[in-house]
Amino acid sequence: MDRFLETFLNPVVMAQYTPDIIAGIWVTLQIAAAVIVAGILAGLALACLRSYGVKTLNFFIICYADIFRALPPLVVILILYFGFPSIGIQLSGPMVLFLVLAATLAAFAEEIFWAGFSSVEKGQWEAGIATGLGFTRTLTYVALPQAVRLAIPPLVNRVLAITKMTALGSAIGVSEILSSATTAQSFSGSATPLTMSVAAYLVIFLPMVVFARWLESRTAWKKR
Amino acid sequence: MANRPMLEVVALEKRFGTTTVLKKIDLKVSQGELVFVIGPSGSGKSTMLRCCNRLEEPTSGDIIVNGRNIMAGTRRDLDRMRLQIGMVFQGFHLYPHMSVLKNVTLAQRKALKRSKAEADARAMDMLEQVGLAHKADAYPGELSGGQQQRVAIARSLALDPKVMLFDEPTSALDPELVGSVLKVMKDLKSKGMTMVVVSHEMGFARETADRVIFMDGGVVVEEGTPDELFGNPKADRTRAFLSRVSG
Amino acid sequence: MDIFIDQFFNIDIMRQSLPLMMSGLWMTLKLCSAVILLGLIGGLFVALGNMSERRWLRWISIAYTDLFRALPPLVLLIFIYAGLPFAGVNISPFYAVVIAFLLNNSSYYAEVYRAGLISVAKGQWEAAQSTGLSTVQTLAHVVLPQAIRNVLPDLLSNTVEVVKLTSLASVISLSELLYNAGMARSVTYNASPLVLAALIYLVLLWPLVRLVSHFQRRLAA
Repeated sequence: MDRFLETFLNPVVMAQYTPDIIAGIWVTLQIAAAVIVAGILAGLALACLRSYGVKTLNFFIICYADIFRALPPLVVILILYFGFPSIGIQLSGPMVLFLVLAATLAAFAEEIFWAGFSSVEKGQWEAGIATGLGFTRTLTYVALPQAVRLAIPPLVNRVLAITKMTALGSAIGVSEILSSATTAQSFSGSATPLTMSVAAYLVIFLPMVVFARWLESRTAWKKR
Repeated sequence: MANRPMLEVVALEKRFGTTTVLKKIDLKVSQGELVFVIGPSGSGKSTMLRCCNRLEEPTSGDIIVNGRNIMAGTRRDLDRMRLQIGMVFQGFHLYPHMSVLKNVTLAQRKALKRSKAEADARAMDMLEQVGLAHKADAYPGELSGGQQQRVAIARSLALDPKVMLFDEPTSALDPELVGSVLKVMKDLKSKGMTMVVVSHEMGFARETADRVIFMDGGVVVEEGTPDELFGNPKADRTRAFLSRVSG
Repeated sequence: MDIFIDQFFNIDIMRQSLPLMMSGLWMTLKLCSAVILLGLIGGLFVALGNMSERRWLRWISIAYTDLFRALPPLVLLIFIYAGLPFAGVNISPFYAVVIAFLLNNSSYYAEVYRAGLISVAKGQWEAAQSTGLSTVQTLAHVVLPQAIRNVLPDLLSNTVEVVKLTSLASVISLSELLYNAGMARSVTYNASPLVLAALIYLVLLWPLVRLVSHFQRRLAA
C-alpha cells in the first residue's frame, strides 16, 4: 500500500509539478471556451442558413456536417499539423486543436439545431408568416427560441464530449493538462502526475456531467 | 355456486409515505362470483385491485388466492401465483412490437412452458371467444381500443386464471366501443369465471354483478346486491356518490 | 494547386502505403469489434444497475457512468498504459485500449440504454408481470426489444463514436489505421497517407452517419 501511495500519490512530486498542471488547466480551459463559443455559433448559423431551403447551399452544409461527424478529429488534427506546413500554411498546435474541435462541434451543433428546427410545428411558421413577420423574423422570434430549447440537452452532452477532446492536444505538443502530466511523468519517473491529471479533469468535467444529468432528468419530467 | 372463497383479502393495508390509502380492507369473493367495486376517484379501489396480484405491494395484510397466500413465498412463487390471477388494465398494455397472436402466446410459452403448437391453438381459441380470431396476425397499433382490450382479455384468459381482475377496463374507450368489451365480460361471467371489476359502468353492474361494493376514503363503506345498493343505499356517502354519478 | 495535390492526394504514395494501411485497418476493425461488443454488454448491466431497486447498486452505477463520462478517453488510456506499470501491472497496448475504451463506452451505452428503458411505459412491465413472466423474461421479451428500438439512433451514433475513438490508440503506438498512416507520412514526408486514412474512415462511417440522420428524422416525424 505504501509503495502504491508512493508511486501514484507522492506528495513531493505533487508539490513540484502542481504549477505545471495548473498552467495546463489554464490552457485547457482557454481552448475549451474558444471551441464552445465558436463551434456553437457556427453550428447555429449553419442551421439557420439551412432553414432557408436553398438547395445547393444545403447540399454543402449537409456534406460538411456529415464529414465532420464521421471523421475522427485526431486524423484531421494530424493532417493540419503535419500536412499543411508543406503547402506553406504553418499553424500552431493550439490553433490546429481549436480549429478542428470547433469545426467538429459546429457539425454536430448544426445537426442538433436543425433537428430542433424540424420539430417546430409547421403551424408555428405559418402563424408567424401570416401575422406579417416575414421569414427571417419568424425564424428569429418564433422558430429559434423553440428549437434552442429542444437542442440544449443533446448539445450539452456533445459540448462535453468535444471539450474533453482537448486532451488530443498532447499528440501535437499543446501544453494542456495531459501533456503537462506526461512530460512531468517522464521527468519525475513517477505516476503521480498522471493521477494529478485525472484529478484535474474530474474537477473540470464532473460538474458538467452532473449538470447534464440534471438537465436531462428535468426535460424528461416535462415530457411526462 | 360453490361457496369456497376463490379470492380472499384479509386486513389489507396500504400506505404511501404517511398517507393511508387502504385501511384494513376485508373481502371474500366466492367461486363464480362477480364482485363490482365502485367509488369516487382516490377512494383506493384501483389500489386494492392492484394489491391483489402485488403489482402494488401491500403494507400489511394477506391475499389468499385459491387457498394459497400470495404474500408468502419467494419471487418465483409469486410469478407462479400470478398465472392464476388474470388482470385487465385501463390502458390495455398490449406489447406493441408483437403480433396479436404473439401477445397471447408469450406468457403461455415462457411462464407455463407450453409448446408452440399448444400455445397457438389455445390463443386461437381465446381470440375466437373474444371475436378477434381474424386479427391474429395484426399488430396492436392496427386495432381499435375496444379490439385491443379484447385481445388483452384473451391474453389473460389463455393462462387459465382462477380469478380475473378488471381495472376500469372501459374507461379509456370511445363510448361506441364499450359494448363489445362488456359483452365479452358478460360471456365470461356466464361461463363461471370469478371476477372483480372496478368500473363506472353502473348499468353493467345492475345487470351482471352478484355483489356491489362501495369504497370511499380507503374503506368499504357499504356492500350488497345491486338491487340493495343502487335501489336502497344505507350510508349517506353512498347516496351522495350515486346521485352524483347518475347526474 | 499542383503542390496541394502532390502533398495530399498523391496517388503513387497512397498506392505504396496501401498494404500498411490495410493491416492498420484490420487492427482497427479488431479493436472496434472488441470494444463495441463488450461495451454493448457492459453498458446493459450498468444501465440495469442504474434502474435497480437496491439503492447501493444505483449509486455505484451512477458513480461509474459519471466518472467515466467525465474523464477524456485519452487520459484514461494513458493512465492505464503508462501508469499501471508503475504498480507492477504490465499491459499490452491492445488490452490497454480495450480496457480504457470499454470503461468509457459502457458508460455512454449505459446512458443510452437507460433512456430506452425509461421510454417503455410502466404498463408494459405490469402487464407482463401480471401474466406471470419473471423479471428476466419481462426484460428479455417485452421491455428490452421496445427500449432498444426507441434508442436505435443513439446506439448507432454512439457506435460511430467508438470507431472514431479507436484512432486514439495510435498515441500509444498500437499499429491501427491512424498509427500506420502516421508512420507512412513520416517515411514519405507526405500527408497523402493521412488523407487516405481519412478517406477510409469516411467510407466506413459516412453510411452510418447518414443512417443516424435518417432514423432521427423518422422518429421526429
